[in-house]
Amino acid sequence: MGKTFQKPISLAEQDTHYCPGCTHGVIHRLVAEVIDELDVRSRTVGIAPVGCAVLAYNYFTFDFLEAAHGRAPAVATGIKRVRPDLIVFTYQGDGDLASIGMAEIIHAANRGEKFTTIFVNNAVYGMTGGQMAPTTMPNQRTTTSPLGRNVEEVGMPIKVAELLSSFETPGYISRQAVLRPKYIVKAKKAIKKAFEYQMQNRCFSFVELVSNCPTNWGLTPVESIKWAEETLLPYYKLGEFKNPDDVEEG
Amino acid sequence: MGKVLMKGNEAIGEAAIKAGCLNYFAYPITPQSEVAEYLSRRLPEVDGVFLQGESEVAVSYMVFGAAACGERVFTTSSSPGISLMSEAISYIAGAECPAVFVNIMRGGPGLGGILPSQADYLQATKGIGHGDFRLLVMAPASVQEAVEMVMMAFPLAEKYRNPVMILGDGLIGQMMEPVEFPDRLQSEPINKDDWATNGMAMRKSEQRNLVKSLFLDPEQLNAHNLVLKAKYERMAREEVKYDSYNTAVNYKALVVSYGTMSRVCRTAIDDLKADGFEVGMIRPQIVFPFPESAVYDAASKKSCKIVICIEMSMGQMVEDVERSVKGIRPVRWYGKCGGEVPTPEEVMDAIKACEE
Repeated sequence: MGKTFQKPISLAEQDTHYCPGCTHGVIHRLVAEVIDELDVRSRTVGIAPVGCAVLAYNYFTFDFLEAAHGRAPAVATGIKRVRPDLIVFTYQGDGDLASIGMAEIIHAANRGEKFTTIFVNNAVYGMTGGQMAPTTMPNQRTTTSPLGRNVEEVGMPIKVAELLSSFETPGYISRQAVLRPKYIVKAKKAIKKAFEYQMQNRCFSFVELVSNCPTNWGLTPVESIKWAEETLLPYYKLGEFKNPDDVEEG
Repeated sequence: MGKVLMKGNEAIGEAAIKAGCLNYFAYPITPQSEVAEYLSRRLPEVDGVFLQGESEVAVSYMVFGAAACGERVFTTSSSPGISLMSEAISYIAGAECPAVFVNIMRGGPGLGGILPSQADYLQATKGIGHGDFRLLVMAPASVQEAVEMVMMAFPLAEKYRNPVMILGDGLIGQMMEPVEFPDRLQSEPINKDDWATNGMAMRKSEQRNLVKSLFLDPEQLNAHNLVLKAKYERMAREEVKYDSYNTAVNYKALVVSYGTMSRVCRTAIDDLKADGFEVGMIRPQIVFPFPESAVYDAASKKSCKIVICIEMSMGQMVEDVERSVKGIRPVRWYGKCGGEVPTPEEVMDAIKACEE
């Protein structure tokens, strides 16, 4: 009987730099499993963001490029346009993608660039020490909103998956979570679908993953899962928002 | 292909294709938008990539992505746009990727104006972005030279795995002149296997490549900075390029000027010669690395009493000239800004005034 569970080839032997209880490791693994299953490791290029995942390239065993804050979709566009045969994905957090990189993601999605974005939303800037993000929840305390996010001053959190779904250009847009196994199973399916659409050269594909940040939320890992389920999931609704088949059938 | 009459911006676009660069990312800005317009028609004819991005910021990172694959790629912009690209230029230099940026300079600061200027000399040659890095900077004085420099820029960018900038003033972009396209310059094939993120399937070894500019360990970053420094020192040894004019005679004054301004200076020098007043000129064709020895040698000529730096800026090149002259002759400056191009008569008057 062969092995039924093992480390994906796309995942490197590497001690983690992520905090205890952080779900980046889970997401890295899901991406690596999908790349193995689709057998595209030798033609995959990943693009790391600025933020906690700036060192993402240490955990994968294929080509990787590290972009500047928010610019990963522009870099991915450059790669994919000159080498359409490559499988290209960006891995970005919510500070990187939804704040400083908003222009780049919106235009890449609207052009229908044929790459995949894995968007990790944990409602806070992680690497820089827990500052408020565009995705921070109302009244959520961060190091730059010590009294809680005041929506009168800074508006409501941005729902990126819904925003990108509003374009007329065909795309694959899904929001999943990685908070418990039941979510993780669905998240993997969405990630695989996203890469498959890219391989078919169909459309831009985007998977937002509701994640956690025990360290900057000031919670234990277990408490952080409970908080995310109670606070984030009612606002950031899970599901598939857009599919290229929608347009073609309709 | 014989001589054709072409606008500088269009000739620059065609030169890139002739140099084997079929990838171009664009954002419109006056006075260089004709490059984008030309290539939007021309690149599809040669199965190239043309894409208009959402901003100069995005365009410069598209260039980064394509450059990281080891593909020839370039973009063009003008002063305010180049400022927006300077972030990516720093990342590209830090990650050691080859790419070509063309700056068709207009007046500044801020929005400035849209007319020809040389106001970005310091930005291009001293510090175009954050961090410790340099660009190789070429400054054409005619449409023909712009074509030749664009074609040389790609192999040079690959030789050094460093961004190369073509620093042209607005006149170079807007002027029509006869041009002849040289045959494609032979360049050594670049070994992408060692560094490019173009997919592991492209190389023989199982090595995976990383393109990055992050070095959290100070020792490693210092070592990286030393590698870059060695590269710029090699440029200073191997890439100095300048032109001398009227330097065989015993000139009383030496002009240092580049780009369109140097052509006005030539006319002024010819006219002064007719009056019996000899003036020599050194014209840097590559402004970084700067032709220090050539300027020093020309200034040391016994007959030479003064060195005059003439440019369409408020004296941005003066420091380089002073540094090269090393105090053996007084260095003066004459120039105009904002799109005002000094006339030969004004240059003659300025040279005479300095000499007195």
